[in-house]
Amino acid sequence: MASLTVTDERVGATPAKVIQPAWVRIMHWVNALAMILMILSGWQIYNASPLFGFSFPREYTLGGWLGGGLLWHFAAMWLLMINGLAYLVTGIVTGRFAKKLLPITASGVLHDIRAALTFKLGHDDLTVYNYVQRLLYAGIIVVGVLIVLSGLAIWKPVQLYYLVMLFGDYPAARYVHFFCMAAICAFLVIHVLLALLVPKSLRAMIIGR
Amino acid sequence: MAKRSFLIPGVDKRLLIKDSLKTMPDVTRRRFIAGGASLGALTLLTGCDVVDSSSAETMLAKVSKFNDAVQAWMFNPDALAPTFPESAITKPFPFNAYYDLDDAPDIDGKDWKLEVRGLVDNKKSWTLDELYKLPQVTQITRHICVEGWSAIGSWTGTPMRDFLKLIGADTRAKYVWFQCADKDGYNSPLDMRSALHPQTQMTFKYASEILPRAYGFPMKIRVPTKLGFKNPKYVVSMEVTNDYKGGYWEDQGYNSFSGS
Repeated sequence: MASLTVTDERVGATPAKVIQPAWVRIMHWVNALAMILMILSGWQIYNASPLFGFSFPREYTLGGWLGGGLLWHFAAMWLLMINGLAYLVTGIVTGRFAKKLLPITASGVLHDIRAALTFKLGHDDLTVYNYVQRLLYAGIIVVGVLIVLSGLAIWKPVQLYYLVMLFGDYPAARYVHFFCMAAICAFLVIHVLLALLVPKSLRAMIIGR
Repeated sequence: MAKRSFLIPGVDKRLLIKDSLKTMPDVTRRRFIAGGASLGALTLLTGCDVVDSSSAETMLAKVSKFNDAVQAWMFNPDALAPTFPESAITKPFPFNAYYDLDDAPDIDGKDWKLEVRGLVDNKKSWTLDELYKLPQVTQITRHICVEGWSAIGSWTGTPMRDFLKLIGADTRAKYVWFQCADKDGYNSPLDMRSALHPQTQMTFKYASEILPRAYGFPMKIRVPTKLGFKNPKYVVSMEVTNDYKGGYWEDQGYNSFSGS
């Protein structure tokens, strides 16, 4: 009887643990919007001079023609860059990156991949990321930094020549930019699929817990 | 093949719209700019069709103007475009325009004169022979198209800043505005700081040969710090001016500064 009362009191007194603080949620959704705008307008730009033997279907491009795609791309880039920079700074300064994403060990990743494939990977505590999550989330941050740097390089290949050098030359930077987009799209598919499989993780990204 | 379809399922390879878009009339083109937004991502994410095309276009035009200012701020007049050895030249260097090569201006060099107008001391027109006598330099630089592709070429001509000095141009003016002989008219404004950049050139030769028709005979303006569409060909006049007079592509929505 006594223990029951104590349990009730604890539930009432401490609200459920915040999994995703407000700044993470806001920046996550701003980033989602910016990424989608950048990808769809980027496909429009790609279609003007395809790197490979295919074009993106017109229905999935933004802007209507190259000029419109460029306008969207160079408008949404501010949203992506400012939000992304704020996210990186806050993540590092608050220690959230270190706490949530580190360490990433090879054995941990292998173990959790095996567990995931045999449906033994638990999601009871959403505040702790498993090793597969850590690898994907840390990896996509690196890809995010790379796609911005390669994008700046092909936008300003003379003024930001040192960035072009980082990737080799201008055409190489274009390929890097493309493959970063491809990596983000692949991440997006897995990310959305897993969020739908574990709906409480989606809820946490919306209301925080 | 398998890899491709894995990456992008359902790709319609017939959608080679690039060329047809280029021939679209301006109004249709502009209407399309925001069209994608209202039926695309924004509707989905905001849950309502708030992005009517005119407000989206206004917003995008404002950001593009802001981007002009950012690029002008980033522009370093001393930063040179990378130069390359002759072995790096792209062969054949592509012909590129919004029309076929058959429709390119066919100018008789004997009749042609470069008109000089606006804020200059000496407004005399220049014949090709007179221009050929000016000191020339050669550059091997990368031409970068707004479409994304690039090609390395060799251009020879007179540095623009030397010519501007020669004609007594007011270099405090904001723009040098070029008009060209392309069909439907082609024009483009060049901001004065870019016009005075050491590599900006009035080009008379490609690969040490008189500029062929495909590359802009008799005169092209080579600006390696700008995208290709801001490197006008078949130039017939230049005007030093403080007024923004717009340009063929700039008026249709390409960013006006478009610096590289």
